[in-house]
Amino acid sequence: MTRYAMVIDLRRCVGCQTCTAACKSANATPPGVQWRRVLDIESGEFPDVRRSFVPVSCMHCANPPCEHVCPTTATKMRADGLVTIDYELCIGCANCVMACPYEARSIVHEARYAYGKEPMASEAARFDPSRLGVATKCTFCRDRIDQAAATGQVPGVDPEVTPACVNACISGAMHFGDVADPVSNVSHLLAQNAHFRMHEELGTEPGVYYLWDQP
Amino acid sequence: MSDPTHLAPRRQKNWDWRAAANFICGGSAGALLLWTAFAATGGGDLRAFVLGSLALIGTGLTCVWFELGRPWRAINVLRHGSSSWMTREAIVAALLFCSGTISLTGGGHALALAATGGLGLAFLYSQARILAANKGIPAWRHRRCVSLVMTTGLAEGAGLLTPLALIAPSTVTFVAVLLAALACLRMVAWRRYLGALRAEGAPTGTIAALSAIDRKFVWAGNAAPVGLALVAAAASQPAIALLAGCVVVISGAWAKYTLVCRAAFVQGFALPKVPVRGAGVSAPGVQPGWENAKPRVCGKA
Repeated sequence: MTRYAMVIDLRRCVGCQTCTAACKSANATPPGVQWRRVLDIESGEFPDVRRSFVPVSCMHCANPPCEHVCPTTATKMRADGLVTIDYELCIGCANCVMACPYEARSIVHEARYAYGKEPMASEAARFDPSRLGVATKCTFCRDRIDQAAATGQVPGVDPEVTPACVNACISGAMHFGDVADPVSNVSHLLAQNAHFRMHEELGTEPGVYYLWDQP
Repeated sequence: MSDPTHLAPRRQKNWDWRAAANFICGGSAGALLLWTAFAATGGGDLRAFVLGSLALIGTGLTCVWFELGRPWRAINVLRHGSSSWMTREAIVAALLFCSGTISLTGGGHALALAATGGLGLAFLYSQARILAANKGIPAWRHRRCVSLVMTTGLAEGAGLLTPLALIAPSTVTFVAVLLAALACLRMVAWRRYLGALRAEGAPTGTIAALSAIDRKFVWAGNAAPVGLALVAAAASQPAIALLAGCVVVISGAWAKYTLVCRAAFVQGFALPKVPVRGAGVSAPGVQPGWENAKPRVCGKA
C-alpha cells in the first residue's frame, strides 16, 4: 500500500519562499490564497534567539478531520494518502476550514486578480470558475502524481511526477515519497533523523514530517 | 517572542453572524420543542410553541444557507451521514419539519409531538457535535464544549417556554423551576468549560473573549434569572417567570455569539522542537499566541 508523504528538513530550510512561488505558479492560486507558505518563527530571549523557517500546507492527514466533517463527501482521502476535494460536490460551507488545524484551506467567493478587477492575460488563461465558492487547498500536485502511473516514474525521484514545491526547493529541504516503502528516500530520512509532525497530539496523523536533529 | 508574520492564532472569519444565528435559533428552538412535548403531557393546545420552534429553526437554517459558497447545491449536504454532524443535523431537520407539521395539522397529535420533541433534542445535539468536530478551533473542540452548548440550548428552550405561564397560569411552577434548574446547570457548565480552557491551554484571544463576558454572563445572565424564576415559582407570578425567561434567552444568545464568532480562534502553529541550525543545538518548542502552551514531540525524538 502506497502512502505518499512529505519530509521537510527544518535544518536546511532558509525561508526563501521559492516553494511558495512555485506552488502559486503551478496551481494559479489567486491573491491572498497560498496553498503553501513558509512560516518565519522567532523564538528565545536575547542573546539566545532563534529563527526557524517552517514550510506548511495541507498535511494530507491519514485521519483527516476535514474529511470527517465534510457533509457532501467532496473531501476524500485516496488510497495513496492524498486528501482531495471534488469542486463539483463542495457547497462551500467552510466546515472543513474549521476542522483543519493547519489553516490549509481557503474559500474565495469572487474572482481576485493581482492588479485590480481585470485579469492579466496569464490569469485569464488559467482562471478556473469551478474554484469559486468552494474549499481549495494543496493537492500534493495530484495531476503529476497520477501521471506516474502512466509513465512508470517514481514520485519524489523523478521531477516530472513530483510536487512543484519539492522540485523548486533550493536547499534540498523538501522531499516527497512513499513512506510505506521501507527503501524509499523519505523512509531513509525518517529512519536517520529525529522528526515530528505538527499538532500530532490532535490525532490527525499528518503526512508531512519535519526533521529537526540528528538521532 | 515576536510574531512578525502573524503566526499566532487568528479569529476565524468563515462563520459569521449567520452561522451564529443558526446555533442560537436552532439550539433554543430544538430544546423548546422538547420542553413543549413535556408540557403537552399536562394537556392544552401548545401548537403555537411548535410553530414558533419550526420558524426559528427555519430562520437559522436560512441564515446558514446564505453563508454557503454554492447555495444552489445545498442538497449535497445530505451525502455524508456516516461521519458528518452537519449532514446529520440536516437529516434531523428534515424529519423534524415532517413530524412538526403532522403535530400541527394531522391526527395522532400526541405521538407526533413526542417525536418532534425527541428530534428537537437530536437537532440540538447535532449542533453541539458540529462545533466539537472542528479540530481547528480549540474553543470548540474542547470536550466540555458539547455540554456547554447542550445546557445553553436547553436553558434557552425553557426560557422560550415561559410565555406558557402567562397563557396557562397553573404551569408557572413547572416552567419557573425548570428554567431555574437549567440556568443553574448552564452556569456550572460555563464555569467548568472556561476553567478547563484556562487550565489546559487555549489561544490567548479565546481566553480573552470568553473572560470578557464571564462575570456578566454568570451573574446577570444566570444567577439573576435563577433568582427571578424561584421568586416566580414561590409567588406564582407568570410575569416574573417571563422576565427570567427573556434574560436566559438573551444571555444565551450572547454567549453563543461570543463562542461562535468572537472566541473562535484557530489553532495556530507550533514547533515541538526548535530545529538545530548550523553548529547550534536545538531548543525547547514554541507555540505563539497560546496561554499554557504545551508543544511536545510525539514522533521519533
